[in-house]
Amino acid sequence: MAQLLQHLINGLAAGTIYALVALGYTMVYGVLKLINFAHGDVMMVGVYMGYATAFALGRQTQKTFLGVVLIFLVAMGGCALLGFLIERFAYRPLREKPRLTALITAIGISFALSYGFQLDIGFLPGAAPRAFPEIIQPTEWLVIGDRDVVVWNWQVMSLLIAVGLMVGLQWLVFKTRFGRAMRAVSYDHRVAALMGIPTDRVIAVTFMIGSGLAAGAGLLYAIKDTSVSPLMGLYVGLKAFVAAVIGGIGHVPGAVVGALLLGLVEEFVVGYAASTWRDAVAFGILILVLLVKPGGLFGRVAAEKV
Amino acid sequence: MRRSVPMLLAALAVMMAGCEKKTQPASTETDTSKQAAQGQGGTAPATPPAGTPTGEADTILLGVATSLTGGQATFGVSTRNGIEMALKEANEAGGVKGKKVAMRVYDNQGKPEEAAQAVTRLITQDKVVMVLGDVASSNSLAMAEKAQAAGVPMITPSSTNPSVTEKGEYIFRICFIDPFQGYVMAKFAREHLKVSKVAVLQDNKSAYSIGLTDVFTRKFTEMGGRITSTESYSQGDTDYRAQLTAIKKSQPEAIYVPGYYSEVGVIARQARELGLKVPLLGGDGWDSEKLYELGGSAIQGSYFSNHYSPANPEERIQKFVADYKAAYGGVPDALAALAYDAARVAIEALKKAPDTSGKALRDAIAQTKDFPGIAGVITLDENRNAVKPAVVLEVGDGTTKYVTTVNP
Repeated sequence: MAQLLQHLINGLAAGTIYALVALGYTMVYGVLKLINFAHGDVMMVGVYMGYATAFALGRQTQKTFLGVVLIFLVAMGGCALLGFLIERFAYRPLREKPRLTALITAIGISFALSYGFQLDIGFLPGAAPRAFPEIIQPTEWLVIGDRDVVVWNWQVMSLLIAVGLMVGLQWLVFKTRFGRAMRAVSYDHRVAALMGIPTDRVIAVTFMIGSGLAAGAGLLYAIKDTSVSPLMGLYVGLKAFVAAVIGGIGHVPGAVVGALLLGLVEEFVVGYAASTWRDAVAFGILILVLLVKPGGLFGRVAAEKV
Repeated sequence: MRRSVPMLLAALAVMMAGCEKKTQPASTETDTSKQAAQGQGGTAPATPPAGTPTGEADTILLGVATSLTGGQATFGVSTRNGIEMALKEANEAGGVKGKKVAMRVYDNQGKPEEAAQAVTRLITQDKVVMVLGDVASSNSLAMAEKAQAAGVPMITPSSTNPSVTEKGEYIFRICFIDPFQGYVMAKFAREHLKVSKVAVLQDNKSAYSIGLTDVFTRKFTEMGGRITSTESYSQGDTDYRAQLTAIKKSQPEAIYVPGYYSEVGVIARQARELGLKVPLLGGDGWDSEKLYELGGSAIQGSYFSNHYSPANPEERIQKFVADYKAAYGGVPDALAALAYDAARVAIEALKKAPDTSGKALRDAIAQTKDFPGIAGVITLDENRNAVKPAVVLEVGDGTTKYVTTVNP
């Protein structure tokens, strides 16, 4: 029983991170119908920004509340800028081109970031994995029995931050003028432009929000697993993408449900079946979901507009 | 703002043109050197690559393919440094038969497919006389195939999977093999730590990790121990809580984690976080200064088997450690020591061999006997593997402590 509970907690913690990354995928897909494969790598860049900020602050300051807030702000702000630049120079020129062109560009940017960061020149960190500083002093939030079940403060924090961001995002999309513009662009960006919606600006801001979220997710991930490396984004990005597709890509709560589901399934497969089967089962679920509901759990299959 | 798009395209075009320019002369050079080789009756002389200022005749080129980027980057960097140091010393001492020895290094990104490509390029384009590398057995296996097919001798400094040298008679290794390392840890766990229940956490993407697990499991059971559970992860994972929670339930007295430092450090942290207090046991894949950074205090008190200990007071070892520190800063890990040894064995073979043909060099390497390496005395057996003892080290605060030596 205790073990079941511990697995549940582990799985939720992993799922929360996937959820935050998946939100970025789903938002960008929502407005642009583009799978932004560079998303995971933007997250990685955010983590390194946070890493650099933590070092600049020094051992003492990085652990204070203000220090942590500053680390998150720098990383999220920096990534929002990076997201803006990627959209402006890599995706916008290709917007009227076939969708495949933008997709390949996204993969190109993903590789450029993950392999570029393995260089050891200037500010680039080099290939070796590094230990992320303990900006949040890990303390046990809840201990059951003789450490049979341990819940840590950062696990609770991650969950709260993730839920907060999701609620905020849902509010942004459905309750604000900007959200309405986003939905209009998502529906048809040419017609939206005719209605006087500044589509370029809406798309740019969507990218910035998505990238900022990725940076926040990345920092939570780095706090959780303590190791950062230039290739971390490829792996997390792939898993989050799967989560977004399971939930129905383009659908905000769907991405969250998909991510939590994926995190829990992975955890339980490892815990009760065999660890070698983890990825096979995770991707098997993806195939099953797509067979039964091609649009994902919450997605609707839209008829192709002609 | 409109102008920036064509500008970006122009920049891309220039970059692409640059790439083309780089590859073209290289390939033509290969052609001419091939003709030259044929003219001289078949034995290919070592040709320096394009852009090397030294003349053709006075340089012998060795090829190195190792992981300078990717998850095991510190292995590759140590390997390159070790080889570089050995070559520098050899050249300062007058080179080989009046010729300088140089190396050409390619990065394999820690991937077997890249490793195979790098070796092909080293042999066909750069015309190296010998190949050195790699650390990870998965990469060396891919490289060995190409080197064997081309009849170019290859020495792996630190790949411990037995199948590497089974690829053929041109493939050598100057370190011990996995069965021995698995045996060392099984023996250490039973006789030194006196534990009888051990859980295993293996990296199922790595031939090295699976090899060590197999032998450890067999030997440990033979010695009267019990494996409580076997779990696995894949290289690149960062969350091992699920596996560790399952391991915790089986209540082992130690956990055997024959993985690489990049994962082991994080595994140790998460094990402690979940309340697993037993020591971790591992192999030479742990050997990197990064282990202390990634593992922090969680990895202290764990043990791993290794090729050498920098704390060994022997004079030549201390001289090597001091020289290495002066050149690269930092204590040389076993991979640097083994790479240094491998390069010296290669140079010794170049000196002994009548010419630089693959056959002559192969025969010269095969005769290596009682060679005083930094990581133990090297004698190659008939399977082209080195037979030598292993040391067991305990991880301390940013350093390792020598515990014991286990003989074959």
